[in-house]
Amino acid sequence: MGMPRHHMMIFIALFAAMLVAPFVLYPVFLMKVMCFALFAAAFNLLLGFGGLLSFGHAAYFGMASYVSAHAAKVWGLTPELAILSGTLVAMVLGAAIGSLAIRRQGIYFAMVTLAFAQMVYFFALQAPFTGGEDGIQAVPRGDLFGILSTRPDRTFYYVVLAITFGGVLAIYRIIHSPFGQVLKAIRENEPRSISLGYHVNRYKLAVFVISATFAGMAGATKALVFQLASLTDVYWTMSGEVVLMTLLGGMGTVFGPLLGAGIIVAMQNYFASFGAWVLIMQGIIFVLAVLLFREGIIGVLARWIKKPL
Amino acid sequence: MFELLGIPPQALFGQLLLGLINGSFYAMLSLGLAVIFGLLNIINFTHGAQYMMGAFVTWMLLTYFGINYWAALILVPLIVGASGIVIERLMISRLYHLDHLYGLLLTFGLALIIQGLFRNQYGVSGIPYAAPELLQGGHNLGFMYLPNSRLWVIVASLVVCLGTWFMIEKTKLGAYLRAATENPTLVGAFGINVPRMITLTYGFGVGLAALAGVLAAPIYSVNPNMGEQLIIVVFAVVVIGGMGSILGAIITGFGLGLVEGLTRVFYPEGSAVVIFVIMAIVLLVKPAGLFGRTA
Repeated sequence: MGMPRHHMMIFIALFAAMLVAPFVLYPVFLMKVMCFALFAAAFNLLLGFGGLLSFGHAAYFGMASYVSAHAAKVWGLTPELAILSGTLVAMVLGAAIGSLAIRRQGIYFAMVTLAFAQMVYFFALQAPFTGGEDGIQAVPRGDLFGILSTRPDRTFYYVVLAITFGGVLAIYRIIHSPFGQVLKAIRENEPRSISLGYHVNRYKLAVFVISATFAGMAGATKALVFQLASLTDVYWTMSGEVVLMTLLGGMGTVFGPLLGAGIIVAMQNYFASFGAWVLIMQGIIFVLAVLLFREGIIGVLARWIKKPL
Repeated sequence: MFELLGIPPQALFGQLLLGLINGSFYAMLSLGLAVIFGLLNIINFTHGAQYMMGAFVTWMLLTYFGINYWAALILVPLIVGASGIVIERLMISRLYHLDHLYGLLLTFGLALIIQGLFRNQYGVSGIPYAAPELLQGGHNLGFMYLPNSRLWVIVASLVVCLGTWFMIEKTKLGAYLRAATENPTLVGAFGINVPRMITLTYGFGVGLAALAGVLAAPIYSVNPNMGEQLIIVVFAVVVIGGMGSILGAIITGFGLGLVEGLTRVFYPEGSAVVIFVIMAIVLLVKPAGLFGRTA
């Protein structure tokens, strides 16, 4: 299945813009946006295409960020291996939690994922290697493949760009594969999908694990960007944030989560001095998005131009 | 003095008592969630924030208006419950025709707003609320000292829980409610104003959360985050108990409080996660929950 022309053009334009962006904007900010864009895209794969609302995606994001920070700092792994190890741990964690969570549906599913994420949070709070309240600080970025130093922000920026773009394209490919079609069928009508002979739970588990894996990849990368893994990454408000990004941008769209991540991260960055008002603004956006524009920004846009985005 | 598995009885009974108190709150909050879920089919994510509001309004009534604890027990559920009715009329009622997850997301957003507002106004360090005179002091039971304030919470919570159970399961009003849960259209055809019943049910559920907040005020410090911590545990309690039965919410709530207290005695590090571990086991064995019906 080929990529529609307008999708390809948007991807190329995005990529070109991100190539020059660090010369205009602060690279660390851009890297943060990219990490969250990948996180939101991974989450959207589960919610927007699988119809499964996980309220505990911070578990994979945060745990991967701890593991990759630990791998880079204590084991001295190169950045690509550190990110890989974080991603793998998120995958295993996703398989463990997912296999239990898919036993419940709808809002119960959301509550179960949330509760498990809270368990992971307590683990992160108490486990000896996570540094408790302090987190893992001063994580070295190391040399890519043992050769190229990724210490300068500009250099690491392109590594992050490669990772997130690769991740987003992979998610795009999954959505538009036969597997993705079955997912949509399950989302639309689960009993009918069962009667068609699909092993619905296997598909649900698979998409859960894939989503957790990419969420972990985003978290692992973020740990190296900020050279820090901390409790905020694994706390349940982080799970809420990724829901917000997806909802605001447009769940079930390809580009919505990316835009949503950009808006929310920018908002947090520029309004950081307002303290708890950021929380209130996020709450208000949530309420407005649910009451007034459930399709999200990209969803509305797609309706205007009558093309799926 | 006798010892139990090497644990001094004071410590054991002290933790069991604490567990029972926590359990009282789990029971009341999961009961409120169950009542709301039963008729509105919405997981009220704002429940924790409404519990926190209950504690704060209690404190405000005393500080700004000199209204004491006993009056707050009546006033606060009414005030916070009324705010719930406004929320239901203005927002939640617009979502009934949609997928459940929108109700969850809306109430989550509301929780963020409420918590943020209180955090801005009062910071995150807790404010103490002095227990009324009647609740000071306590009884010496020989094996342990039982403060009156704690005994009161347990008794009050039991009365509230059983009263709610009685109202829903044994009275005519409760019968209407249960009928409306099964088939709102049919019940409406009998001339019962179902939308109003739904609104009042939401107000009642919110009032329950607020009442729990009043009871919590003298025991825990009044803090904008107090609901946020608790609500996730309560969600786990709900998953374990299964949302089908009112009695299930009550029994699971108290039971898990006790289990948590016991864990604190024998393996303190595990006390924060024991409920989630139990949840995992229950999901493996009985996905619908201990008292739940499979849909």
